[in-house]
Amino acid sequence: MRRRALFIGLLALAVWSFAGIGADLPALFGSEGRHQMAEYVRQLWPPDLARDTLRDALGGALETFAISFVGTLLAVAIAVPLAVLTTLGAPVRAPARLFANALRTIPELVWALIFVFVVGLGPFPGVLALGLHTGGVLGKLFGEVLHDVDRGPLEALQSAGAPRPAVLLYGVLPQAAPQCVSLALYRWEVNIRAAAIMGFVGAGGLGQRIYIAISLFLEHRLLTLVLAIYLMVTLVDALSARLRQRLV
Amino acid sequence: MRRRWTYALLFLAALAFSLREAQVDPRLLLEKQALSNLGKLLVAPQLSRQFLALMLRPALETVQISVAGILIAMAIGWPLGLWATASLRFSGILHERRTAAGRWLGGFLPYALARGLLSVFRSVPEFVWAFVFVRAVGLGPFPGVLAIGVGYGGILGKVYSEILETVDPKPLEALHAAGAGRLAIAAYGVLPQAWPNLVSYTLYRWECAIRASAILGFVGAGGLGQQLELSMRMFQFDEVLTILGILFLLVAVVDSISGRVRARVAA
Repeated sequence: MRRRALFIGLLALAVWSFAGIGADLPALFGSEGRHQMAEYVRQLWPPDLARDTLRDALGGALETFAISFVGTLLAVAIAVPLAVLTTLGAPVRAPARLFANALRTIPELVWALIFVFVVGLGPFPGVLALGLHTGGVLGKLFGEVLHDVDRGPLEALQSAGAPRPAVLLYGVLPQAAPQCVSLALYRWEVNIRAAAIMGFVGAGGLGQRIYIAISLFLEHRLLTLVLAIYLMVTLVDALSARLRQRLV
Repeated sequence: MRRRWTYALLFLAALAFSLREAQVDPRLLLEKQALSNLGKLLVAPQLSRQFLALMLRPALETVQISVAGILIAMAIGWPLGLWATASLRFSGILHERRTAAGRWLGGFLPYALARGLLSVFRSVPEFVWAFVFVRAVGLGPFPGVLAIGVGYGGILGKVYSEILETVDPKPLEALHAAGAGRLAIAAYGVLPQAWPNLVSYTLYRWECAIRASAILGFVGAGGLGQQLELSMRMFQFDEVLTILGILFLLVAVVDSISGRVRARVAA
């Protein structure tokens, strides 16, 4: 009975949503919509493979890689102390959690806008944006990992008289490190995608070049840049998957 | 041991290159201009009744975009995910039941096609999809829905296929031994095992979709993002804070709804 209520509720949500967005699915798949889409695809094809476009794409891809790489490392640097703080007593834990939540709730792109405003245009605000948002995400995830470690070794160390830092270093770290590194690698995959769009708000990388191409109606160039994103993302995904496999 | 050193060196080289390429310069944060700009961000949220009333519609629109988007993503991800599942396509019990020609045509071909499509769908960020769809179908929430549909369709399809691949093959073999056909094996052997994971991952993605839909507005795809962009560009940081607060609430509500549904499915 409650199952049926749930089902009806979800169905109503779906109907309300489709009604609200003014989606005209029949029009989209009707002859005119199909025609418009096909027309757009025809405009995109073929990709622009001129020398300077390719150089631009490569430069953008490298910058995107750099933003995602440093951004993720910054995130780890923020997340580790945050996660350690969440393992302490309630008076420290609550504000640490709140802080991580605040970092996490603000989307990367909004952070990027904020930092472009604070330090000016360029890839650096993109790095800061990824670092803070992902720092919040990883802070929460690392905290959960630390929370779930096996207590046995910790108690053994404690009863042998090890001070708190030693317990963390020799009891918690060896257990938590592989999982934390794996989570960081996973977030790197997310961040390479995020870094690719940072440029839309002026924070460097491929996004900036895409934004220019779109604004100037350079559709062939746009396709080249989107292909560059695809290659970059696929490459990082594969690399991260391999590293993760090696870890566990 | 030597391998470890190689990795460490590679890592350091990548780091050095990236720091230079990304023009990382922490001193910028401490410059006078930066600090004074930072000061401008510290304002109280805009809580006038008029502004809040104005935000109601975009907030609801954000929810609508996320729901419609995830439904389209399911419509894209489910069939492609089925096609991209090796254990349903060209290995395991269901595959052995095919003829040689059927193995190639009905097995490997759709598998490779679906994998390729899913990979393109999920590797191009939603944000870029949104831009493309704004061009193709015009401004408004609809391109946002399509962007989430395609981008998340790619993710859902991949994860669905991973879930389907990890089902325990024993019940399938038992069904096969009892004389069940392909469809019956899929319906009674695969689906019951995979169901809870499928539902729970889809709901998790819905939570992500609401965050994403708030961002898609930046390129003119409706919802709270459009307001956020507007307020940001006008340096109305009190409004920005309020909008972020609304987003926080929306995410919390969606989290709790999906948590509840998930608990019910698991039970």
